[in-house]
Amino acid sequence: MSFKVVHYINQFFANIGGEEMAHVPPELRDGPVGPGTALDTAWKGEAEVVKTIVCGDSYFAEHEADAKKQVMDWVKEIGPDFFIAGPAFNAGRYGYACATIANAVQEELGIPVLTGMYEENPGADLKNKVLIVATANSAAGMRKAAPVMAKLSLKIMKGEKIGASAEEGYMPNGIRRNFFEKEVGAKRAVDMLVAKLNDKPFTTEYPMPSFDRVPPNKAVKDLSKATIALCTSGGIVPKGNPDHIESSSASHYGEYDITGVEDLTAEAYETAHGGYDPVYANEDPDRVLPVDIMREFEKEGKIGKLHHLFYTTVGNGTAVANAKGFAAEYAKKLLEAGVHAVIMTST
Amino acid sequence: MKLELGYIQINDIQFSKECKVENGTLYVDPEAIKAFMYEDDDVKAWVKSFSFDVAHPGESVRITPVKDVIEPRVKVEGSGGVFPGVINKVETVGSGKTHVLRGMAVVTAGKIVGFQEGIIDMSGPGADYTPFSKLQNLVVVAEPNEGYQDHKHEYEHAVRIAGLRAATYVGELGRNVTPDETAVFETYGIKEGIEKLPGLPRVAYVHMLQSQGLLHDTYVYGVDAKRSLTTILCPTETMDGAIISGNCVSACDKNTTYHHQNNPVVANLFAAHGKTLNYVCNIITNENVYLADKQRSSDWTAKLCRLLDLDGALVSQEGFGNPDTDLIMNCKKIELQGVKTVIITDEYAGQDGKSQSLADADPLADAVVTGGNANEVIILPKMDKVIGTLDYVDVIAGGHAGSLRPDGTIEAELQVITGATNEMGFNRLSAR
Repeated sequence: MSFKVVHYINQFFANIGGEEMAHVPPELRDGPVGPGTALDTAWKGEAEVVKTIVCGDSYFAEHEADAKKQVMDWVKEIGPDFFIAGPAFNAGRYGYACATIANAVQEELGIPVLTGMYEENPGADLKNKVLIVATANSAAGMRKAAPVMAKLSLKIMKGEKIGASAEEGYMPNGIRRNFFEKEVGAKRAVDMLVAKLNDKPFTTEYPMPSFDRVPPNKAVKDLSKATIALCTSGGIVPKGNPDHIESSSASHYGEYDITGVEDLTAEAYETAHGGYDPVYANEDPDRVLPVDIMREFEKEGKIGKLHHLFYTTVGNGTAVANAKGFAAEYAKKLLEAGVHAVIMTST
Repeated sequence: MKLELGYIQINDIQFSKECKVENGTLYVDPEAIKAFMYEDDDVKAWVKSFSFDVAHPGESVRITPVKDVIEPRVKVEGSGGVFPGVINKVETVGSGKTHVLRGMAVVTAGKIVGFQEGIIDMSGPGADYTPFSKLQNLVVVAEPNEGYQDHKHEYEHAVRIAGLRAATYVGELGRNVTPDETAVFETYGIKEGIEKLPGLPRVAYVHMLQSQGLLHDTYVYGVDAKRSLTTILCPTETMDGAIISGNCVSACDKNTTYHHQNNPVVANLFAAHGKTLNYVCNIITNENVYLADKQRSSDWTAKLCRLLDLDGALVSQEGFGNPDTDLIMNCKKIELQGVKTVIITDEYAGQDGKSQSLADADPLADAVVTGGNANEVIILPKMDKVIGTLDYVDVIAGGHAGSLRPDGTIEAELQVITGATNEMGFNRLSAR
């Protein structure tokens, strides 16, 4: 038994014609057409293009809703195991159509998809949503692109784990995956430096993200009336770490009640953090979460009140996205509890 | 400065009453090593006992918790001795001749101080991620004296010294052995280098040393790196053990003493030296926790790059999170001096790989090499033999409650594996 694939191509690759025929509406054909035959060959019978959908690029651009509906209806009716669009190379409208229709098939019908195009094709804007194989900028790249798309799609159809973008040939999609390079990192770094020194092209292995910087809030006007909460990424937890917060790469945070607690003692609290020397934090956990001082301030009337709950996690090796998620959740709880300000201690 | 390394290939380690290196086999008497380790007062004070084992590549063996990995070497010509300022007198090393027992290491293991020691699997999928699975490992398991709980720093120091002493003892056995292979490494003085290698871009290695303190330490000629300003080293000095690890950060990206001795950036810059670049020197700088220290150290790094009139700098990191800020500060400031940089780091992109990978970023860091995503999850099969103890698998960095499963397998992040995502670029592992 082989996997059933539906293939989407434009009028040019269906041999209908170039720009002058770009107005043709969607058409359904049996079996592979044009690049689909190259895919079939590469699959060696393990998968096959059962139907090909052909649509003019102008038609798709000018009647997107209609074209999409027609294509979706057909795909739904056929019920394939996989959907492939393109490759579109540097054809802008074709690339847009491929990425858009692939995204719809994946989202609305739950069928896995793959497309291919040149990295500067406007359709590549969807690369974090749809798996897109990076191709050359002209149809001359078909010989190279077809086997890459065939191999990657077959892997997905078989339910195999896909490798890193650099290995499989898809555009980086915001999901970092490990793989083994041919050379060790230091050799790659020296080669990269020599290229950079000679103004030759090189590709960074980690493009810098745009960094999220948060401006501080306005100062609290009257501390003596403020409810202040303590939060920490330093891992202070009740002794025994009852919620098993990981020593690194924390998957959750803890919420603990300190009503009536005047001082964090070594008997009752400890740190779960694996990224720093725990000796001094364990001796006196107030060093990381200063409950004792806050109680003094409370008594002296310097602050209105110390919030009765504290929130804690381990910052060590914890993914930024996870940390952001924790904070979004407990910040809401703090707001609901009427907390005016937070002292967040790090380590 | 010019150093010749003589490599003595070690293919097997056997316990024996007689200590020697013969036909690629190290014969060693654990009692003799033990006696040499206990000559140190701190070792005597804090280590109750040592046990010894050998782990060969391909065996169903797991070593954990691993503290340090050290390559036995001995200085046979030239000034100073290995591990200057710690084991030998503080005399400048890096010239003359040094013998290397290649293909083996001394691994220290045993009860841990924090959460931070790692795992070396000698076979199975975990072995692919650690370079130490390919070595003949002489494992020294240390057991602390009673009362060590209140003296963990002293105990860490004692185990560190014990490991270095064991390696020194074994290295000494190679003194009179004829090496299987030799290689010569030489860098020049500033003016001499420009004259000898005209037209080649002048490059330094900016070597960031973990110095967050309290079990995150590195020592240079015996000096705690957090108490040192950014300075210059001849690359060959590292080959004689000028830099040693006192570091217990996550196992995957801590630079063990073995990494410092066999620094891959040094090796690859030497390989390109005289061909595509002129390797000028190493600039060592620290990764302290205070902002003022970070600013001072990175200012000095950039200043030295400028004073040396460099064209390029290769920057390596140790650890993650907090040191990411040092990495980016160094990179940015060096670039702003007009010196082109490449940085080596690793990633904490979450188990799903979807998070931002570093704790800091800057557009000037446009040439990055990555050692892979340390958060990626791996399943390690049960091993027939454990050297050390599995008691800490759930709490070491990268583990979680239930990491050690009832069937003996381990589910954990790559973080737990010693050297897995090394940021000197020791491995082939990467991510995209």
